Amino acid sequence: MQLSTRHLLGIKDLTSTDISLILQTAEQFKEVLQRPVKKVPSLRDVVIVNLFFENSTRTRISFELAEKRLSADTISFTASSSSVSKGETLLDTVNNILSMEVDMVVMRHSASGAPHFLAKHIPAAIINAGDGINEHPTQGLLDALSIKEKIGKLEGTKIAIIGDIMHSRVAQSNIYLLKKMGAEVTVCGPPTLIPKYIAEALQVNVSYNLKETLEWCDVANVLRIQLERQNQVLFSSLREYNLAYGISRKLLDSLHKEIVIMHPGPINRGVELDSDVADSKQSIILQQVENGVAVRMAVLYLLSNRTN
Amino acid sequence: MINQREFFFKALFEGLCYFYRNNQYLKSILSEQQLAITIKRLAHQILENNTDLVNTVLIGLQPRGIYISDRIVSAIKKEFPGVAVHYGKLDITFYRDDIRKSLHIANQTDIPFSIETKKVILIDDVLYTGRTIRAALDALLDFGRPEKVELCVLIDRRFSRQLPIQPDYVGKSIDSIISQKVRVLWKDKDGKDEVVILDGE
Repeated sequence: MQLSTRHLLGIKDLTSTDISLILQTAEQFKEVLQRPVKKVPSLRDVVIVNLFFENSTRTRISFELAEKRLSADTISFTASSSSVSKGETLLDTVNNILSMEVDMVVMRHSASGAPHFLAKHIPAAIINAGDGINEHPTQGLLDALSIKEKIGKLEGTKIAIIGDIMHSRVAQSNIYLLKKMGAEVTVCGPPTLIPKYIAEALQVNVSYNLKETLEWCDVANVLRIQLERQNQVLFSSLREYNLAYGISRKLLDSLHKEIVIMHPGPINRGVELDSDVADSKQSIILQQVENGVAVRMAVLYLLSNRTN
Repeated sequence: MINQREFFFKALFEGLCYFYRNNQYLKSILSEQQLAITIKRLAHQILENNTDLVNTVLIGLQPRGIYISDRIVSAIKKEFPGVAVHYGKLDITFYRDDIRKSLHIANQTDIPFSIETKKVILIDDVLYTGRTIRAALDALLDFGRPEKVELCVLIDRRFSRQLPIQPDYVGKSIDSIISQKVRVLWKDKDGKDEVVILDGE
């Protein structure tokens, strides 16, 4: 058994068997992370380069840690301190790095489709760590693992994705993955932040009412308001957004059941989530981060044997 | 008389068809009864050397070794009811030396106790090249530093070793050639208890 693809460009290209295989392998890596020596020699002979053309804390640290726990050799690269600032093209940069015998590339880029472009032109296995507003597949996978752990299954589970659906690659990866695994998905947010034809295109429910959505769901995945991606004003102020779509303790207490709160980070405290919700027992935000390392180890492990 | 002969030829024909379909020849090494006796003996030998089970840890190797380790542990518990046996399961997938050749899917590892300064007995079904045990030793040392590690196998394919590894407890030693395969069948998984040799093409 192995994955049906050579690269991880997006959840869109994976089958449900691939997803199950990654989650199942990630569970075994979670056990590895509990051992006194949290390291296995699986990727001893593999060189991985982390190309981060866009800022990142969690994802980059998580990937680097996953690579180290698998004993891979790693090179980390950030665009600001490299020749990219001198005007080198993406393909030239990557080809120069690859001529130094690199097996896998983990890449984040602000342009949607950048990893797909690279996959067509270079022989190394490519893992997308977030491209523009397209996909963030490892985030989708770690969210799925966290839901599976907390609820027990994905099939039939009701998941609400709340906030800026329009600019969110996390939302897109989550929707693809959850639909493939048979979960029910509702997207909720202000009409200006929800793509017009999303209900038809991705078979999700659309709601503009936060309270109704929370009443319906088992898990609420709350997205970050991405101010840096908004070229135009899509809601009048952060305070108004918080009043209409921010999740407060009071709102959660008024529901008839206890729901699970997730957030891909970094949190805008007081905007989409209030502090006493983010730090409450209902929130599994830190478990998501913990699962991130295991999921990324699984992806790297499963794609590594195709590198020859 | 004619009926008997017809029956004989029919049975022979069906048998040939069966072997043709499977493209290999089956030879039984241990029957269900012999297997039960052998497992009981292995359990007794382990008890003989480790009368005090407090400092001994039994670890079955995933995926096929856990069937024999399950049986040995239940035989020990039957002999000494009420004694707490430290029993874990170890998966060695991430430590394999052929990881780049083909992808293996990991199974569950479950060692819910410390192995520090304990005596560890690794249990597997077939010892062949010794490469699995090499990987298991590497994996085991990531859990701590045991005082001693021993190896218990149901079938020892001697003369096939590629690494300097020898078992301490052996169910049965057999001489086999590389093209042959040894399969240990278990009731829980394969429908019957038996050890067979398969001849490859």
